[in-house]
Amino acid sequence: MTYLITQTLNGLFSAALLFLIASGLTLAFGVMRIVNIAHGSFYMLGVYVAYSVVLRTGSLLLGALAAIVVVGSLGFVMQRFFLRRFGSDPLAQMMMTMGFALLFRDGALMIWGGDAFTLQYPPGLSGSMEAGEVVFPLYRLFVIFVAGLVGVALWLVNEKTLIGARLRATVDDPEMASATGINVALLSGLVFAAGAGLAAFGGVMGGPILGGYAGIDFDLLPLAFVVVIVGGMGSLKGAVAGSVVVGMIDNFGKALVPELSYFTLFAPMVLVLAIRPRGLYGRA
Amino acid sequence: MKKLQCVVVAALLVAGVLLQGQTVEGPIRIGFLVPLSGPYAQNGRDILNGFLLLLDEIGYRAGGREIQLLAEDTEGIPAVALTKARKLVESDGVHLMAGGLLSSTGYALAPYIDSMQIPMVYPVVSADDLTQRRGSKWIVRTGYTGSQPNHPFGDYAYHTLGYRTIATIALDYSFGWESVGGFQRTFEEAGGRVTQQMWTPVSVHDFAPYLAQISRNVDAVYALFLGRATLQFMRQYEEYGLKDRIPLIGAGTTTDEHALPFMGDEALGVITALHYSAALDSPANRAFVSAYRARYNKLASYYAESMYSGGKWVIAAIEALDGQVDDREVLLNALRAARLTDLPRGSVELDAYGNPIENVYVRRVDRVNGELQNTVIDTFPRVSQFWNYNPAEYLAQPLYAR
Repeated sequence: MTYLITQTLNGLFSAALLFLIASGLTLAFGVMRIVNIAHGSFYMLGVYVAYSVVLRTGSLLLGALAAIVVVGSLGFVMQRFFLRRFGSDPLAQMMMTMGFALLFRDGALMIWGGDAFTLQYPPGLSGSMEAGEVVFPLYRLFVIFVAGLVGVALWLVNEKTLIGARLRATVDDPEMASATGINVALLSGLVFAAGAGLAAFGGVMGGPILGGYAGIDFDLLPLAFVVVIVGGMGSLKGAVAGSVVVGMIDNFGKALVPELSYFTLFAPMVLVLAIRPRGLYGRA
Repeated sequence: MKKLQCVVVAALLVAGVLLQGQTVEGPIRIGFLVPLSGPYAQNGRDILNGFLLLLDEIGYRAGGREIQLLAEDTEGIPAVALTKARKLVESDGVHLMAGGLLSSTGYALAPYIDSMQIPMVYPVVSADDLTQRRGSKWIVRTGYTGSQPNHPFGDYAYHTLGYRTIATIALDYSFGWESVGGFQRTFEEAGGRVTQQMWTPVSVHDFAPYLAQISRNVDAVYALFLGRATLQFMRQYEEYGLKDRIPLIGAGTTTDEHALPFMGDEALGVITALHYSAALDSPANRAFVSAYRARYNKLASYYAESMYSGGKWVIAAIEALDGQVDDREVLLNALRAARLTDLPRGSVELDAYGNPIENVYVRRVDRVNGELQNTVIDTFPRVSQFWNYNPAEYLAQPLYAR
């Protein structure tokens, strides 16, 4: 029982982190049909930027803010000046994001070197919580909680605000949306920037546990893609469902049959796609 | 105008002839292979930095000849390493090669090295069989085998640390299997028992699913990780409240200086074994560590020491031959015969299989003057890759595997 509770909480933590990464990925796909290979790089750059700020100021909060602003702006520039040029050519866009990913990877190596590091815990969150036999790290609970807040906030923006309505209209039919006066170009840039900022925030949240290192960009990307595909591309609800499914399966898979860790990860994806080719919440 | 051109050309020609007369022999070219990009770039840089430090110290000269370093980036990919090795040997015409980091690259290069009959120095690659069952005549290893420090350490864990039951958790590839295998063998022969074994895929970054399964009834946990994985593992071991309950010991890389400066209190008290520690208190090591810090503003890792010492090995062979390194067979013999007494790690010589006989240090992580270090708490002198076993009997047994 103890084991089951601990592993379930672990699974939820993985899901929380995955959701922060995958929500941006799925939004960008929904609005622009962009398969963004550089999305893992946003996560990586988030940790690195936060690390630099923490080294100078000692404040993780400042680090997180800086990561969101810097990486979000980077995403905006990337979309506005590069990706937009290939408007309706997904293959060219994908290759371009691939190029950016490599650029970011080598750039990070040049600026920060290749040494791995971890971020400090926020004050008061370094210990673990004990309830009977169950020992669970406080910080992981915190990440689950924060990801939940982010999820609720995203849902509110999407369902209850004007910008959310425009966003949903654009996801459904970009041309019609544009014909009704929605500035699709600006909206796309903002969504892409928000996605980049979210991934960077995910990087900071994961920082105290997973840290930053050369290669983290492509370590998490496959997982995020599985989440998006299982959940349905472009769907926020799908990102939540996909994160929980993938987080749980990945965690229990590794715990029970570590030799098959990739199989246990991709098998459910194949299964879901066989039954629902557009994912759990994808639209035709 | 034309006249002037003629004069210039003539002058250049004369100068060229004169210069050629001065350097009859030309430089000794050393080909160098490590990953300088990709996930293993920093390990590769540490290795290269150790070599550059040494070459600077000797002014790029040995045996009366200039030393030329031709460094190539393997990207940590065996196929790329092979291509780069071909370039170094067949188009640059190097006299010998050095480098390598990953076992996969080490094994991939071996057949090519043998077929070209080019001396190769492996300062880091630790795959046991490269100097055992699949030994190569042309490979000289100046580092260690994965199981080498773990043989004495298994004994030590039983007799000195007093542990009787141990759980192991290690990276799921040859370096992990060989290190754990060596440890388990001597620990169990002494009377202890490894009651639980866990292997984590190298892609894992969150060890939580594994940590939740570690038995609370063992005397200690033995861990083998390196790079970012060891940072993550140490952090998470403490996160799950295990640090206060079960002592942690492990392989040398788990607390090596490439990762140690980036750890916090979670590393305190962890005991590991390796053939080097940056905190080793000898004049040679103090000089090396402070020179390395002065130049790179970093603590010297075992990767850096490995190539600094591996470089010394190469230089010693060149000096012994007075720079006459063009006969590869002669150069290989000089490399194998070298014996170095004042390396940062201590005195080292090669056994008949081309693997070092060297000290193994048991180290404990302490905080000294605000910095974490691997304090040497015990020394096993002159440890061979076969430990106390008879080499022939040892080789008759299979390689350590999971």
